Formats: sequence, structure tokens, C-alpha cells
Amino acid sequence: MNSSLLLSGGHLVDPSLGVDEKRDLLIEDGLVREITQPGAIKAHRGVELFDASGLLVTPGLIDLHVHLREPGEEWKETIRSGCDAALAGGYTTICAMPNTKPVNDNQNVTRFIMERTAQINGVRVVPIGAVSKALQGKEMAPLSELYLAGCRAFSDDGEPVWHSGLLRRALEWAKLLDVPIACHEEDKHLSCAGCMNEGDLSLRLGLKGMPAVAEEAMIARDIEIARSVKGKIHICHVSTARGVELIRRAKNDGVLITCEVTPHHLVLTEEAVLNYDTNAKMSPPLRKLEDCEALLAGLSDGTIDAIASDHAPHHLDNKQIEFSKASFGILGLQTNMPITFDLVARGKLSRQQAVAALSTMPAKSFKLEGGSLARGKVADITLIDPKRRWSFNQEINRSLSLNSPFFGREYSAQVLGVIISGSVKYDLDRRYALFSDKKGEDAGAA
Amino acid sequence: MKHLLGLEHSTRDEIFSYIENTKTFVEVSTRELKKVPSLRGKTIINLFLEPSTRTRASFEIAGKRLSADVINVGSSDSSTQKGETLLDTARTLQAMTPDALVIRHKESRAAHFLAKWLKNTAIINGGDGMNEHPTQALLDLATLNSYFEEAHRSLTGLKIAIVGDILHSRVARSNVWAHTLLGNQVTLIGPESLVPDQLLGKNCFGAPRLNGLVKIERSLKAGLKDADVVMVLRMQLERQSEFFVPSLQEYTDNFCVSEDILKEVAPRCVVLHPGPVNRGLEITSQVVDGPRSLVERQVNFGVALRMAVLFNVITHREQHFSLGASL
Repeated sequence: MNSSLLLSGGHLVDPSLGVDEKRDLLIEDGLVREITQPGAIKAHRGVELFDASGLLVTPGLIDLHVHLREPGEEWKETIRSGCDAALAGGYTTICAMPNTKPVNDNQNVTRFIMERTAQINGVRVVPIGAVSKALQGKEMAPLSELYLAGCRAFSDDGEPVWHSGLLRRALEWAKLLDVPIACHEEDKHLSCAGCMNEGDLSLRLGLKGMPAVAEEAMIARDIEIARSVKGKIHICHVSTARGVELIRRAKNDGVLITCEVTPHHLVLTEEAVLNYDTNAKMSPPLRKLEDCEALLAGLSDGTIDAIASDHAPHHLDNKQIEFSKASFGILGLQTNMPITFDLVARGKLSRQQAVAALSTMPAKSFKLEGGSLARGKVADITLIDPKRRWSFNQEINRSLSLNSPFFGREYSAQVLGVIISGSVKYDLDRRYALFSDKKGEDAGAA
Repeated sequence: MKHLLGLEHSTRDEIFSYIENTKTFVEVSTRELKKVPSLRGKTIINLFLEPSTRTRASFEIAGKRLSADVINVGSSDSSTQKGETLLDTARTLQAMTPDALVIRHKESRAAHFLAKWLKNTAIINGGDGMNEHPTQALLDLATLNSYFEEAHRSLTGLKIAIVGDILHSRVARSNVWAHTLLGNQVTLIGPESLVPDQLLGKNCFGAPRLNGLVKIERSLKAGLKDADVVMVLRMQLERQSEFFVPSLQEYTDNFCVSEDILKEVAPRCVVLHPGPVNRGLEITSQVVDGPRSLVERQVNFGVALRMAVLFNVITHREQHFSLGASL
């Protein structure tokens, strides 16, 4: 069992407490015991120390949308490599989408994921169960069985819940469990085999487009279904201005709706497709600058709850091919926080908003542990140096895959430490030490 | 390495150089012995992974009339049928050290993709998906140039009307890039499903550098009015099953180019069609076979233009090529 850990000299940013000031934290038995003015608690023998001076101390980051590929496609990512990437990216909790092989549509797969996770690096993996068996939209998955095994949301991500009747009934059942259904919004009759945003650019390049309305029409449909049954719905990776507006109105109308946006939809536009980089191919596709701006506005006014990575590892064999054949999606776990904090540095978001979107609101959206460092809460903590320049490269990358458009980019915020349940799991600068009377005598870092 | 991937980023000089060189090679095709030794010892691979009659035959004849060794690889006999990727197929062919690779592929920018990965082979785009078909547009221009020279007119300041399925047409795209570069007005004619308004967006034909030369007309008659050149695109038969048109008959009722209409609104125009023609669907036989049709001349110039392209690309020559000097 942990004794106690003193986090000193840091700057606490916790939207759940409304705090954005220097604070020391005392952690005992995996929980936040005290939040004090700097220097108020004196270290004594036996206390573990983490020197957080110069660092932001935030509730542990939570990613609502990750593809781990295990079981079934372990050459792309394993639960282990995904958790390694998550930890290096500052995440204490990640939610694993069910589109593995086999699909997570029964308790055996869920239990496999939970058991595998327990042996890794402390990162909490929350499985998301399928809404429909094999994601086929025909038969409903056993929702309460999945919940009992550990799932805390349901989704057919990658596919829309095609059958509107099935979605309605699933929302009704999910109410019993008080968990949301996370929807990948895409009317495939409208997006028909497109590979980029539909518009003047796709027309110029001669690439099949996925129109914004393919996403918006499904968001509108699902909002109405959720409203009618008072179900809890979560919109995955919203990407269009109109989509944000639909969600804003639904929230005003009292629909139980939350949503997420990915960093790449915030900072990249369809023009990334111009050089034919298959790492610019995602679903939903990268849109236009107006959409990026509307997404940012949605984050600022709280319409958008969470920033999620949609971390989607793919092997080069599925990316180094013709554009229309290439797989959708990119890595995200290690670039989410830095991209978000770049937006802070550029004045697009406040620090509080950034941390809310990376931790507090994701926790609320799926009712997960964490997201707050209030007294008595679990001590899941991310430590960020907001002023350290670094660039993401293949050596730093912990994923088994290489499909990121962000390699070589410079960032100004870096994860320096991760604490999960009060124990230090990641410590880039070796700031963690057992307190000793002799200065400089550090006991081993984690 | 010199490639011919598309006309979007070409220059007037390049286009005119191809047109000028084509004239020289047209002459070769009229000889008793239709062969010059310009590319003797050179190897050209035609990698045609999509059905094609005229483009493939045209490239093959062009290469052979230049004395190059021409190898044809089609989709049914290529290893792509065995699951090989396009890149691996192309790398394999590159290892056989051809001097040029002509690629026809259903994927937009397949030629760019190969040019990016194959460092030692000249790539010629023989039609890539819905993107570009540069040699078709160049042969259209060479054809028009010969016609307008005879009529003592130049190839600039013209009104060009393109009718039909612009959305899916690589021929239309290459022609729009080339004609706007020459200062010609281009009117795109067709229903919204096949001629979307967004074609005039700033990322497409509404880009400032095109000087507003491109416009869209929904009415066939209004669009054809006073046209100097009418290009009719092939209506692909499968489009009705994808709901682009209610039925082929509906398309014909609204957009079939007939002699009556041309006589009424554009009496002096000439007509081009890249082929293959669906007679009675997008164009009437009376027009295809009539005096204003340049369709056969297009095919004839197609061989000569492709000779010019192969010669330019393989020998890296940009400037006007004088046959006498080279032989």
C-alpha cells in the first residue's frame, strides 16, 4: 500500500475545483488527501516527494476514443503498446473501442481486455462494448452482460448504428445501466465510398467526397431518437460547423447529449490531402477552416465536452497505398495534449478549458473515475511542462504503428509525469524521490 | 526525372511545345513507312489497369512509330490480379529499367503516386480516376489548333462548352486547366448532380488564377450559345444506378447534343468527343458523323501527340523538335 506522496511546487489546474493557482497536493492511499498553499506541508521521513515546480498539475487525462487493435490485429497495436503510448501522452484512463477482432460484443472479450490491462502500466482501460453484434446493426449486443464485465459505454464506432429502431431500443436498455451510447455519425448512403471531404477541393483532385451532410443528417436523426426516449447519447468526433450547431441546440433543449472532437479536426483542414498523404485520410474527413473555427467555438462555449484522439493505429501496408484504398485514421495518444496546449499558447483556449476537455468533461461524459483532484478523489494526475519545446518523432512514438501526420512537428507542452492511484508511473525528468534528510540523495525513480 | 502527370500545373509554353511537336509527328503518320528511329533502344511499358482501347492502342502505336520497344501490361494479365499492390507492380516493372511507364488506373493521382515512389522512371499519366487525362486534353488542343489554323484563327479567346458528366471526367478536368491557361472561356453544362456548383469554388475552377473563365449552365441551349467548340463527354451507363440521373432517357431528353440545337445556337462550332461514343445518348449520330465533327481527327492526332509526349519525356526535350536535325 502507498504511504504518502507530496506533490510540491506545482501549479494546479483543475476545472472541477475552479483552481488555476500554485498548490501542493498530499496524496495518501491513492487518494487526494489535502490541497494546500505552497509549502504548507513539510516533508518528513518516509514521505515520497514529487518535485512539480514549474509544472502544471492536472487531473489525469482521459481519452474517450481509442482503438487498441487487440485482440486480433496485434501487429498494429497491442493493449500493452497502446497503454505505453497513453502513459507517454499523459493519459491515466483510455476508453477502448470495440471494433477488435473478435468484436467486443460479449463478456469474454471484455474480460480479456480487463485482465490484459491489469498486467501493464497502471493506465486504466475502460472497454466500450458494441451496440450490435459484430457491429452489424442487426442484433443487439448483450448490453448488461457487457456492463457487468466492465464496459462503461456502447458504440459501433467505425460504423453508424445503421438501424434506427435498434438504436432506439439500445438507448432504452442503456438507460437501465446509466451509460451512454457513443455514435459514429455517418450516413453511408450519403458518404458512399468517399475518401475526403466533399467540396471544391475534392472536385479538383477528382477524389470521391464525403459530404458534411452525411454526418449532420445522422447527428440530427440520433438527437431526435435520444430526445424521444430520454436516452444518453455521445457524439463521436464531430467535424462540421453544422454538426456543432445541432448539438448546441440539442443541449439547450435538454437532450442528454455529450460530444467529442479530435485534435486533428481542430487543427488540420482538408488541404492536408493535397500532397496525397494518406495520413490525412480519416473518417469523418478533415473539413474546412470554417469548420475548425466552429469546433473551437464549440469547445469554448462548452457545446463540445471532450477532446478525444480517435487513436487509430494502422500498418504502413494499409497506408502506403492508393489513397482510396488506404485505411482511415491516425495515431493520437501522444499528440493530443501537446496539440491542445498549442491552442492554449495561441490564445484559442484557456488552460482551464483545455484541461476540462482533456480530463474533467470526458470523466463526466462517461461517468468515469477521475477528472477531478478534489479532496478524497482518486489521485490520477498528469504533470505537464507547458514551456518545453520538443518534437514528436519515431523514437518517442510508443505505438506499434507509424501513421501520424504529426511526426516532425514541434510542440511547446510536454508530459513530464503521470501518477495513477497515487503511484508514480511516468517520470521523464526523475523528479520523484523518497524524502531523505540528506539533500540530493534520491531513491530510485519509477 | 521528367514526367507528364497532369496539366493543372503546366505552362502555356509547355502546351504549345507539345502542339508544335505534334505537327511534326502527324507528318510521320502520313508516310508510306510510318517509322522514325528517334527512340530506338528505348523501352516503354504501358501499364493499363483499366479498360482502354484508343489510349492504349494510341500509346503503343506512338511508341512503335518512334522505334521504341513497347510492352503492354493489362489488368487481366498483371499481378495486381494476384493481390500485388500497385506500388509493388510498379517497382517490379521499374527493375526492368524501362525508359517510360504509361499508367492508366481507376485511382485518382495513381500516376503521382508512382512518380513519388519510383525515382528512376519517367511516368506518363494515361488517365487517373477522376483526376486528369493530360494526353487526351493535349490531343484535343492539337486537333483544335490544326482546325483553327486552317480557319486562320488562333487557339485563344475561344468559347468552349463542355457537356455532360464533369464530376467523373478526367478529360474535362485536364481540358479546363489547359483552356483557361490559354485564355479560353469554358462553360460546363449539365445537371447539378454531374456538374456540382462547388466546381466554381476557390479550391477548384473558381481559383483566382483562372480569372473567372469557367462558368456553369444548367440549360443545354443557353450553355451552347455562340460556342466555338463543343466537347461532349461520354455518359457512363452505370450512373443511373447511382442516382446521378433518373434514367438515361431523362439525360438524353435534357442534354443530348443534336444538330438542330447546334444549328440554332452555335452554327459555327466544331464538336469533339473523347470516345467511346454512346450514339443517341449524349450526342446524335448526325453530329458525330457530320461536318462539324473532329472526332476522327482527334484519334489521328492522338497518335502524333503521344509520339510528341513520349519523345519529350524520354529525351527531356522541352523545345520544338525538328525532325531533320534529330534524324
